[in-house]
Amino acid sequence: MGRFKIKKQDTFIDMTPMSDVMILLLTFFMLTATFVKEEPIKVNTPGSVSEIKIPENNLLTIFVEKNGKVFLSMDNPVGQRKMAEQMVSEGKLTLNAEELKKFENVPTFGTPLNVTNSWLAMEKAKQTDILTKSPTAGIPCDSINDELKIWVEAARTANGDNMRIAIKADSKTSYAVIKRVMDSLRGIHEDRYNLITALKAGEN
Amino acid sequence: MAKKSGSKQKKMNARVDFTPMVDMIMLLVTFFMLCTTLIKPQTMEITMPSDKDDLKQENKSQVAADKAITIILDKDDAIYYFEGKPDEAELHKTSYGKNGIRAVLMSKNAIAQKKVKELKAEFAGRYSANVAQDKKNKEEYKKRLSEIKNGDDTPSVIIKATDGASYKNLIDVLDEMQICSIGRYVIDKIAEQDKIKIKNLENGGAQ
Repeated sequence: MGRFKIKKQDTFIDMTPMSDVMILLLTFFMLTATFVKEEPIKVNTPGSVSEIKIPENNLLTIFVEKNGKVFLSMDNPVGQRKMAEQMVSEGKLTLNAEELKKFENVPTFGTPLNVTNSWLAMEKAKQTDILTKSPTAGIPCDSINDELKIWVEAARTANGDNMRIAIKADSKTSYAVIKRVMDSLRGIHEDRYNLITALKAGEN
Repeated sequence: MAKKSGSKQKKMNARVDFTPMVDMIMLLVTFFMLCTTLIKPQTMEITMPSDKDDLKQENKSQVAADKAITIILDKDDAIYYFEGKPDEAELHKTSYGKNGIRAVLMSKNAIAQKKVKELKAEFAGRYSANVAQDKKNKEEYKKRLSEIKNGDDTPSVIIKATDGASYKNLIDVLDEMQICSIGRYVIDKIAEQDKIKIKNLENGGAQ
């Protein structure tokens, strides 16, 4: 009979402080989360020394791809829906309730008006595919057929004066395309907008 | 006493196993960490001259052509500039960056540059831990800066780009405006005579 009883070590670790910290972290990330918006095109913005941050909300982003295709995106679904409803009420688009719902949830759109309906009917993967690969994708914005104007005007009417417009263009985009976009905006008296850039690395 | 002789009450273990909960939370934290964008992209604010008639006059007077510096951006990252009226001035070729266009603009804008430096030095020592005071300082700084930028000493700049120029060129030049503290600049359409000028310069240079 052993006189000394070896005390059994307790293998139970107290997890409470750890879970406390974890919950704190989780809350922080949940509250600060602004989700990465899915962008169909890869846009490498040029760097600049500008330190102004992009406005928080009510922002209409005009994407200009390397080859000159133009896409639009509203930062919140509600604004995007309002814009579409405005388009419908102006008779530029005919969307039923179901299509409106779909439109509300597409992250980025950009097809000529006449194919918008059939584009919305597609599956998500197919939609992105069309935007990236199809040569006819993108909102037309030349002088003959300036649909960008119609869209931006509708967005402005639907979302009020607080809406900001930002142009996000690839650094390799030709100025000819940028000029077309700027001319369209000028045509509807949108004279103040932001150009999205990245932080410039090195060289000062 | 009689009670105690009965069944011994077993002490319940009050500890709850937290491991699954921590697992879950870890997973969620990782998800949120990967999905958030903490760095917001930078942006530049620009105001284009308007087509509206009432504004036209004002904008025109802002950039008086005979005193302005005109910068022309061309394809293959070429950049030219001239001063004053387009029909008299001589076109110069320069380059992007520190020793090119920035040096030109800096020398034209030396007075304002000096003022900005002084302003920066003045406000550098004025950092305050008080949030309200700090905000006030920043606002004052902004106001003074824009006063200098739009003062009489600063030159006006007209930026023109040919179709061959890229978006990056445009941003680079707009960036230079900020670096050189030039408050008055416009982006304008390129005129036929500017194109001819570039052609002449290039041909002259080749000979």
